Amino acid sequence: MRFLPLIWSNILRKKARSVLTLLSILVAFLLYGYLCAVERALDQGVSLAGADRLLVRHRVSIGQVLPQSYLRRIAGIPGVRHVSHATWFGGIYRDPKNFFAQMAVMPEQYLHIYPEYLLPEAQREAWFRTRTGAIVGRRTAERFGWKVGDRIPLQATVWPKKGGEFHWEFDIVGIYDAADPGTDTTNFLLHYDYLDETRQYGRGLVGWYMVRVRDPKAAADVARRIDEEFRNAPTETKSETEGAFLAGWARQIGDITAIIAGILSAVFFTILLVAWNTMAQSVRERTEEWGVMKSMGFSNERVMMLVLGESCFLAVLGGCLGLATAWVMISRGDPTGGALPMFYFPRRDVFSGIAWALGLGLAAGILPAAEAMRLQIAEALRRT
Amino acid sequence: MSAVLGTSGERALVCVRGVDKVFRRGDEVLRILHGLDLEVGRGEFLALMGPSGSGKSTLLNLIGGLDRPTRGEIMIGGERIDRLADRKLAEWRGRHVGLVFQFYNLLPVLSAQRNVELPLLLTPLARARRRRQAAIALSMVGLSHRVNHYPRQLSGGEQQRVGIARAIVTDPTLLLCDEPTGDLDRKSGDEILGLLQALNRDHGKTIIMVTHDPHASARATRVVHLDKGQLSAEATA
Ligand SMILES: Nc1ncnc2c1ncn2[C@@H]1O[C@H](COP(=O)(O)OP(=O)(O)OP(=O)(O)O)[C@@H](O)[C@H]1O
Ligand SMILES: [Mg+2]
Repeated sequence: MRFLPLIWSNILRKKARSVLTLLSILVAFLLYGYLCAVERALDQGVSLAGADRLLVRHRVSIGQVLPQSYLRRIAGIPGVRHVSHATWFGGIYRDPKNFFAQMAVMPEQYLHIYPEYLLPEAQREAWFRTRTGAIVGRRTAERFGWKVGDRIPLQATVWPKKGGEFHWEFDIVGIYDAADPGTDTTNFLLHYDYLDETRQYGRGLVGWYMVRVRDPKAAADVARRIDEEFRNAPTETKSETEGAFLAGWARQIGDITAIIAGILSAVFFTILLVAWNTMAQSVRERTEEWGVMKSMGFSNERVMMLVLGESCFLAVLGGCLGLATAWVMISRGDPTGGALPMFYFPRRDVFSGIAWALGLGLAAGILPAAEAMRLQIAEALRRT
Repeated sequence: MSAVLGTSGERALVCVRGVDKVFRRGDEVLRILHGLDLEVGRGEFLALMGPSGSGKSTLLNLIGGLDRPTRGEIMIGGERIDRLADRKLAEWRGRHVGLVFQFYNLLPVLSAQRNVELPLLLTPLARARRRRQAAIALSMVGLSHRVNHYPRQLSGGEQQRVGIARAIVTDPTLLLCDEPTGDLDRKSGDEILGLLQALNRDHGKTIIMVTHDPHASARATRVVHLDKGQLSAEATA
């Protein structure tokens, strides 16, 4: 600790060089932080999917609908704890750019299946009561500045009203929060009953079923039983755990993750060379000074620690500034305007970023430090 | 021989015996010191003279524990420093030796005050104590008004005073000066010599000073000559 001012003075020796090195490290860690958030956002659904939840969809495609009458039959299958359904509404709020998911659901059942959606009691009740009522996640509410009591117009793309009108309006009766940072708080949830009674066609059809099983370990068995139940029915089903459902999505994401890892490796390698070069130059131009310091009693090990201290200080300072900048940019929210609903900077990645910075400092400093350590005093002083 | 071995009766602080120093430069073998003996008593101010390349700096480095002899013993204050391991030797230097260089060798990024404080970083002293001790050392060399100046803002003579303050701040047993006035004009050089003399006389510091300048060696209490690897007493002493 007592050597910190000395280390700092030496970093200030060539201000321009230190600032440039610091900036390159900063940019590298800004990129690191940002890409971590992107990767996490892509990865989110997969890692946080409830292991006790099944999605039951049309055997052929998620875009196809299922009869509402399946609800009762699924509920009767052994191992099923709760079942409900959801239907994609797909409305546009003012501009197609303002994308967010809207689903028509059975409010009470839905909240049983997704306990991670937190809603004050009064708002729950209000939602259950109000036919045109909808709840919306905190992020989307903040994005558009919506408050409870607002009336939101949506332009239908899938479901026109009876009489062919495409203009729908919903009353915001609640704003939900997430029990954990991985939960999506961008959804807009409306009453299925209201949709079903008001839409021109498609009566009695739903998008998919969500099932919560009694025992997560038996989820695959329950899925098989459900599909068995509807074998040879006019509409066959395909049931899978939420995790498996998202796994297809995840495989594509896997490629993106590999690209991100590749980019980051290249960036870190470059930055290592930059920092190393800075340290090597800085150590070499101080040959006599190391000699003088050793002559007054600084041991070889201490000199080595001072060099490493300098490079780690530079790397961690640059790294922290970069991570902080990334934090600020990330907390401004999803850069795609809706495609990455869970865009945040996980704490875990912040800490591993700092660890990377420290590792960078050590790697960049180790050879110059060894060189300074090996310097013979008499030799170093003769170079005057 | 008696002149080289020092004032009789006094227990020698520095005791160099049968020292050889050989450098290898490629295939070339340079025998700089051979069978060299020297004793310096506590409280002496010794001037070490000799032609350029005779090995004066080399000998000073050996006495200061900056380098090791090829053969022979170097005993200082009763301790065989040629036998100390690297880390112990560094520690020993920190406690017992103050060095003053021809080109001052201050750290350009540190103020006068912090340059003087530098050796104290290796002691357990707290910050306030270190600052006070550095301030005292700077006042002893008459530089109390320049503590916050950086080396480039100081004249050569002033920089050398900072160098001396840095050398004495740990209160070392031995002050080793390699041509301390070699880079200074006559007036500044005289001031530096006066300072060294005062440190020797009033504070009892043992000083070994390498110099080319007879004017400088005249301030010493004893003068020895190094030539062809051996020492001899001043002819005109
Ligand atoms: N590390 C070394 N490797 C090779 N030769 C060296 C080394 N150190 C010193 N020498 C040689 O040893 C001789 C003595 O050097 P030294 O610096 O001790 O001389 P000096 O008496 O101090 O001379 P000057 O008065 O010019 O300072 C010189 O010839 C020098 O080239
Ligand atoms: Mg010399």
